Amino acid sequence: MADVVARDLRVPARSGQLTLQKFARRKSTIAFLMALPLITIVLCLVVYPALYSIHLATLNKSMQHFVGFGNFEFLFRRNTFWMVVEQSLLFAVTAVIFKAVVGFIVAHFVHNLPAKGQRKWRGMLLIPWVIPPAMSTLAWLWLFDPSYSAFNWLFAHLGIPQVAWLGNPYWARFCVILVNVWVGSPFFMIMYLAALKSVPEQLHEAAAIDGANWLQKIWYINIPMMRNIIQITALFSLIVTFANFDIVKILTNGGPVDQTHVFATWAFVLAIWGNDIPLGASVSLFMAPILAIAAFFILRNVRRRGNEA
Amino acid sequence: MTTATAETAAGQVGRARYGSISRGRRKALFWSYFFLILFVIFFLTPPVYMFITSLKSSAEISAATNPWWVYHPTLSNYIDLLTQNQFLIFFRNSAIVSVCVVSITMVVSIFAAFALARMRFWGSATLATGVFLTYLIPDTLLFIPLFKTFAYIHDKTGIELINHWWVLIILYPTLTVPFATWLMIGYFSSIPKELDEAALIDGAGYMQMLTRIFIPVAIPGIIAAMIFTFTVSWANFLYPLAFTTSADQLVLPVGIVTTLIRGDVYAWGQIMTGALLGAAPPLIIYAFLMDYYISGLTAGATKG
Repeated sequence: MADVVARDLRVPARSGQLTLQKFARRKSTIAFLMALPLITIVLCLVVYPALYSIHLATLNKSMQHFVGFGNFEFLFRRNTFWMVVEQSLLFAVTAVIFKAVVGFIVAHFVHNLPAKGQRKWRGMLLIPWVIPPAMSTLAWLWLFDPSYSAFNWLFAHLGIPQVAWLGNPYWARFCVILVNVWVGSPFFMIMYLAALKSVPEQLHEAAAIDGANWLQKIWYINIPMMRNIIQITALFSLIVTFANFDIVKILTNGGPVDQTHVFATWAFVLAIWGNDIPLGASVSLFMAPILAIAAFFILRNVRRRGNEA
Repeated sequence: MTTATAETAAGQVGRARYGSISRGRRKALFWSYFFLILFVIFFLTPPVYMFITSLKSSAEISAATNPWWVYHPTLSNYIDLLTQNQFLIFFRNSAIVSVCVVSITMVVSIFAAFALARMRFWGSATLATGVFLTYLIPDTLLFIPLFKTFAYIHDKTGIELINHWWVLIILYPTLTVPFATWLMIGYFSSIPKELDEAALIDGAGYMQMLTRIFIPVAIPGIIAAMIFTFTVSWANFLYPLAFTTSADQLVLPVGIVTTLIRGDVYAWGQIMTGALLGAAPPLIIYAFLMDYYISGLTAGATKG
């Protein structure tokens, strides 16, 4: 009796499964077709070139012979290369730290304002991020102009000695980082502001009752609550800053005497102007390890965030 | 008697404490405004300075008077640039490239995001992660192999891809499609499942589900993705600098940098005017759609 019932039940179940399977297969075919343009673009224009650049890096200048690690050996023997490594790291790390600090401070100030006025301030503070970086860097170039610098004009009136902004290697490095901080900190500000809004007000009230001052509130409540966003934003920015091209290219073009070159600008000079594509590819490949490390941590954080939600 | 004094004392203490909190609040507000004004000055100096310089004649610039003030405002820089054929060509190239890239990106990413967020197929989770990873690969890593590939295509088939402005329509999607897809996956995933189940029961196909439910519901996300795509394709500097060289093939940012700076002679009035005009389209869009802009910015980096 039980068998019969069971068999009776099983039969419709199996036929239902069959149509469901067919349905699922058709569904996944349609889905695959819908994603096909994306897959094509990603494979042809991102994955293939990325792998191809590894191949390019192992060729000689005329791209006819395989030289293995020859290009890298050549680079390691050149002083300019080590200067570029140093400058890229210095540039990326300092710029990201300053962007994060400025963004964090500004976000707290904006968060302090009455809700009504916040929109206006936020709107003004995000403008550096909206202007195309190439265009705003031109304005900075003009502000740093050797003979007409508007900053030096102000300094002259305040009795401060004149500064050779882009002529002196140290000042040039400072300027490149300053412009980068100027472009990037609004992004941090917006991200941190969004994170601050999600910190429950009760925590601050409880802390206030316990007699915490503003610094303790920031240190023991805001930073732990915002940790995930602080990390993700910094890692994102590290990738973008490390691969930066526009600002250095326009502001100093690597000069004075190659002191401000980063990987991207030096690779451009070698590959496009110097016509040595394999060498340029080898230089640009040095960006990959940092990118991979940052990407790994971003993915881990994004996943963790997904699990929390 | 004692209770009365205690009460007044308590009342006074309470009032005093309350007063100090509000005074502290007022002080905090004052310092917030004070420092915010300093930061706004720092953030707005370059664009304001661009505007000041754009109103100056070259005679006034070389006279080296107060650089922060215009004594004889003139629109001659604007008139010169806007009647110059070359500048209008840059503008047209930029506009066509941006509009095409926005259309291509949106079509590709909406379909892909719908498939990845809702329909799930073999490998779809891996693909979603892969899309995110490709978004992290910068253009500075890709331009050399792409340059070489295009040269190779020219050798083999005779199709010249380098030094044509329309090649940017092929190149920019590498930067925009992964991010736009990632953004749209986030928006589509936030749409309740009940909506598409209801549509399926009513006999809707996938296309109808997409066009009748997902696209209308996710309009804010689509606008945010469009703004992002437009901004990226308008502002990119590396690809046009590497792939286009003739003056009539340049887009706006590269055109301004390479044609207005001739050797050591800098026509600063014109450069600043050009930079301001080049920054205008993203700024205008931002002024009108700030909330979409910000939601795209915050969702893109955090939605998982």
